[in-house]
Amino acid sequence: MKQLTIISGKGGTGKTTITAAFATLSDSHVIADCDVDAADLHLILEPSIERSEEFYGGRTAVIDSDKCQQCDECIRVCRFDAIEDYTVDPISCEGCGICVHACPEGAVTMEMHMSGHWFISHTRCGPMTHAKLGIAEENSGKLVTLVRQQAKLIAEKESKKYIIIDGPPGIGCPVIAAITGVDLLLAVTEPTLSGIHDLERVVGVARHFNTSVVVCINKCDINPDNSFAIEEYCKKNELEVVGKILYDPNVTKAMVNKKSVIEYPCGEVTKEIKSVWEKVERRLNGI
Amino acid sequence: MIISVASGKGGTGKTTIATSLALSLGNVQFLDCDVEEPNAHIFLKPHINEKISVGIPVPEVDESQCNFCGKCAEVCEFNAIVVIKKKVLFFPKLCHGCGGCAYICPEKAIKEVEREIGVIEKGNSGTIDFIHGILNVGEPMAPPLIRRVKKYILNSKHAVIDASPGTSCPVVEAVKGSDFCLLVTEPTPFGLNDLKLAVGMLRKLAIPCGVVINCADIGNEEVKRYCESENIPILMTIPWDRRIAEAYSRGIPLIEALPEYQHSFSQLYEKIRGEFR
Repeated sequence: MKQLTIISGKGGTGKTTITAAFATLSDSHVIADCDVDAADLHLILEPSIERSEEFYGGRTAVIDSDKCQQCDECIRVCRFDAIEDYTVDPISCEGCGICVHACPEGAVTMEMHMSGHWFISHTRCGPMTHAKLGIAEENSGKLVTLVRQQAKLIAEKESKKYIIIDGPPGIGCPVIAAITGVDLLLAVTEPTLSGIHDLERVVGVARHFNTSVVVCINKCDINPDNSFAIEEYCKKNELEVVGKILYDPNVTKAMVNKKSVIEYPCGEVTKEIKSVWEKVERRLNGI
Repeated sequence: MIISVASGKGGTGKTTIATSLALSLGNVQFLDCDVEEPNAHIFLKPHINEKISVGIPVPEVDESQCNFCGKCAEVCEFNAIVVIKKKVLFFPKLCHGCGGCAYICPEKAIKEVEREIGVIEKGNSGTIDFIHGILNVGEPMAPPLIRRVKKYILNSKHAVIDASPGTSCPVVEAVKGSDFCLLVTEPTPFGLNDLKLAVGMLRKLAIPCGVVINCADIGNEEVKRYCESENIPILMTIPWDRRIAEAYSRGIPLIEALPEYQHSFSQLYEKIRGEFR
């Protein structure tokens, strides 16, 4: 079983569009949507949820006002400015618990904090694991890890060839959680200066964690000079460019119709993404 | 007034809106709080005159004073410090810098040292004070750096904050304390889904918001309908325009590429002021 994560650094380059297309093209896989704080893949794959579980990401401090003597010790030690008027703001609370140890009255306790849900679902494109982080919650890295673990269990049980992971934007903790230990990363970029800048950083993260990357340039005709610059960058850094996808407004139409670009054909775009999948599949199988 | 720009979905035009708003206002502070992938400097081309290393305090154990009692490991909620027999192991990337271990150590064997997680660069772009944070590659935690970037906010000027995509901790940290948040979206199912999440986040934080619909003619009418039903003002709409996409690709701010937008951005600011009142 091989794992592939689709990443980008910059948001909105087309990760989910490509993941949905791969889900339609591959014949043996589990899909894991690891963009847990702004998940969109379900809008295309329309999963029917078979199992839903609560996610407890961490603990939050709670002050018992009956015991509190307002000595201010907790406020003094808290480095996250989470305590005001002897109550803890759960959004600012980091869950470190230093206030529990600092309180001479034993008035502070740590309570488990439900910070989202995770799901195992069935879709027309095979099994899918996904999640929904609660509003303004943290610990998305932990939730990403959980979604991946569940995908792996299913893949092992059902002898699936691949786990296809839709990654989050950025380079921080949820991205690191989505890429550690995978076999291949597909970085989707666009020919804009922002896209190039962010690609370089996300490739840096991949290198930091010793993971192989291939690159796909989306909307490559928006700026052919920049597309060329990306290809040059990739050549210099020994990164394979597995596809150059044209801009096509039909891609948005496919999304509006809840279809992948394979199910809702978009001419050259569909052809190119099929070829990207073939190349990615070959790389995953070490060919 | 502090105006933050967020979106939920990535790539909808946060940086385009934030930079052009700042340019149209002039004499403002611009804070790029998308420290994982900061891009505003590409458009504002600031002259950087100060670079500040930002770290978080992490423990350094003096093993000659340590009696390996294990209290530090017991209090650490993040499993960043572990005591095995006569050895203290520390995992820097798990440490949140809370200081719990140093606080609890009965032998006073732990002192705290700074560990760099990123840098802040300060400079100016015309009349704009420019500040951005750059998270070091491989570092997982953006919020401490975002907090430090925001420490530079002055009361004497307007501040425009560019946030990262999503709705979790880095975004919460970036928009917290704003007087108003602009949500940039596109009229597609993905745009709408993530807009709803962003609105939920802002309501929880009690920050008033308004919406900018970018590429307004590409998808469907659902975003508009949602905003109307939720009473969220649509403060600006921008059609899909190849000239805008091309200018963006070359790092040219929208109001420089298409000066006719100058007026729209001045109006946008007036509308924000109206909403804020």
